[in-house]
Amino acid sequence: MSDDIYREIILDHYRNPRNKGKIDNADVVIHDSNPLCGDQIDIYLNVVEGQIKDIKFDGKGCAISQASASMLTEMVMDKPLTTAKDISKDDILENIGLTNLGPARIKCALLSLKVLKMGMVKYYTDKEPNTAEEMEKDSNLF
Amino acid sequence: MQSSELETNKIRKDFPILTRKINGKPFVYLDNASTTQKPLSVINKIVDYYSLYNSNIHRAVYDIAEEATNAYELTRKKVCKFINANSPQEIIFTRNATEAINLVSYSWGRQNIKKGDLIILSEQEHHSNIVPWQILAKEKNAEIKYLKIDETGNLNLNELEFYLNNHNNAKLISLCHMSNALGNIIPIKKIIDLAHTYNIPVFVDGAQSVPHLTTDVTSLDCDFLAFSAHKMLGPTGVGILYGKKKILEEMDPFLCGGDMIKEVHKENTFFNDLPYKFEAGTPNIADVIGFSSALDYLNEIGMDHIRNHEIELTKYAIEKMSELKQMKLYGDINLQNRGGIISFNLGDIHPHDLATILNEHAIAIRSGHHCAQVLMEKLDVSATSRISFYIYNTKEEINIFINALGEAIRLFQL
Ligand SMILES: Cc1ncc(COP(=O)(O)O)c(C=O)c1O
Repeated sequence: MSDDIYREIILDHYRNPRNKGKIDNADVVIHDSNPLCGDQIDIYLNVVEGQIKDIKFDGKGCAISQASASMLTEMVMDKPLTTAKDISKDDILENIGLTNLGPARIKCALLSLKVLKMGMVKYYTDKEPNTAEEMEKDSNLF
Repeated sequence: MQSSELETNKIRKDFPILTRKINGKPFVYLDNASTTQKPLSVINKIVDYYSLYNSNIHRAVYDIAEEATNAYELTRKKVCKFINANSPQEIIFTRNATEAINLVSYSWGRQNIKKGDLIILSEQEHHSNIVPWQILAKEKNAEIKYLKIDETGNLNLNELEFYLNNHNNAKLISLCHMSNALGNIIPIKKIIDLAHTYNIPVFVDGAQSVPHLTTDVTSLDCDFLAFSAHKMLGPTGVGILYGKKKILEEMDPFLCGGDMIKEVHKENTFFNDLPYKFEAGTPNIADVIGFSSALDYLNEIGMDHIRNHEIELTKYAIEKMSELKQMKLYGDINLQNRGGIISFNLGDIHPHDLATILNEHAIAIRSGHHCAQVLMEKLDVSATSRISFYIYNTKEEINIFINALGEAIRLFQL
């Protein structure tokens, strides 16, 4: 099974993460960590008219958490911020090709999605508090 | 392969869990610093209590209550002997080492620590020997100093001496005798002697040392010692606080209620004598009784043999691990200065990924910050992988572990 997890594509995103770094003066910056593993993810977003114009992530942790963050940034770049609402746990697991992870490691894979959803809610909290509240309910992942 | 010290083939038969297969492979348990496995004698002792003489202690007069009380108190006597304390009155049962530390930070700390006082810890303490003191220090406006450790995990006694010379309000030193993250053993006797020349008490966090080294509180002369039964073949839910009788007598109670009182009136209460003053409410009777069988088991083998067995395994493992490319080992290389704990990192493989790969091989190791984030910051790593040994581990298991590391190297193309 390790052979299934640590495939070329995961190692590639782990060692050469896409969209890694910070955005100065980002519209949204959001951070979370996974207390069990100590994985950490920051997501930086620039949003123009509801579209994600730029996204970067920063963080440290295991190959699964870092590779899935890298892949997530590619998945949502130039998309409406609200798509974050519709991305499900299974979408992520399928996207990174890990559908049979144990419960402890699933948290690693989903950390970046959780942070992105938190970022979306944060962005809308000032602008449209009601929408933000709805989103928070909808996007309850864990 | 048995070690030259212990008959591991024979010992392993006493541990039912070691016959388990995981993913069809024999289970290799290398996370003993976290908790150890339990021999059948401990498991049976607990079953016997519940099957034959389950009753509350220190209260009723009927036969089985007396049996239970005697069995409970017998464990206290055995603990007293195991660490060579003066009297069973100096042995207090708590839930775990963490609660023992909290007991002292609460009772002794609130009576003795004042504004501007100094509490001395080190950078390699477990969170449970940091957080209770931090809370106390915040409450009292006291200060905490962390003795630095060098790259090999060793303390510098000159730094301690400097604090003691320059801070006449240093009030307590609290240190782990053996680090759970690196395995380093500190020169605790020297530290205690030095501290006592300044009349400063020393709290020893013995969670890692007591299970693996001979402990003699009388010759050490430490003021407090805390450890957990579950890290030395005993059940979970039992911790031990040793304290010098004179100090314990002067301390206020920690938790209050039944059992810790002599007389209760509407306006006031007379507290019970030691050790009961610190054991409020119905204790964990079954597991304390079970712990006595763990002590018997360790005594039967002998702590010196255990120590030598662990040195032998550690030496073997370090030799084999050092042959792997991109292996980074932490801690002192001198085996006399460390216990059977090895923290490491392999290339850029994150410890959690490594633990996942090893799990496929039915090998249980620990990965993460080991409740020692202050130390991890110091070492400038976010996590390490850790293996730790006990009496039932073998060189064969180390070989299995080394082969699995080879597999990880292949997967990650190191
Ligand atoms: C050095 C040290 N101190 C304290 C503790 C806390 O022990 P417990 O969790 O049993 O209270 C541990 C346990 O890992 C430890 O290794």
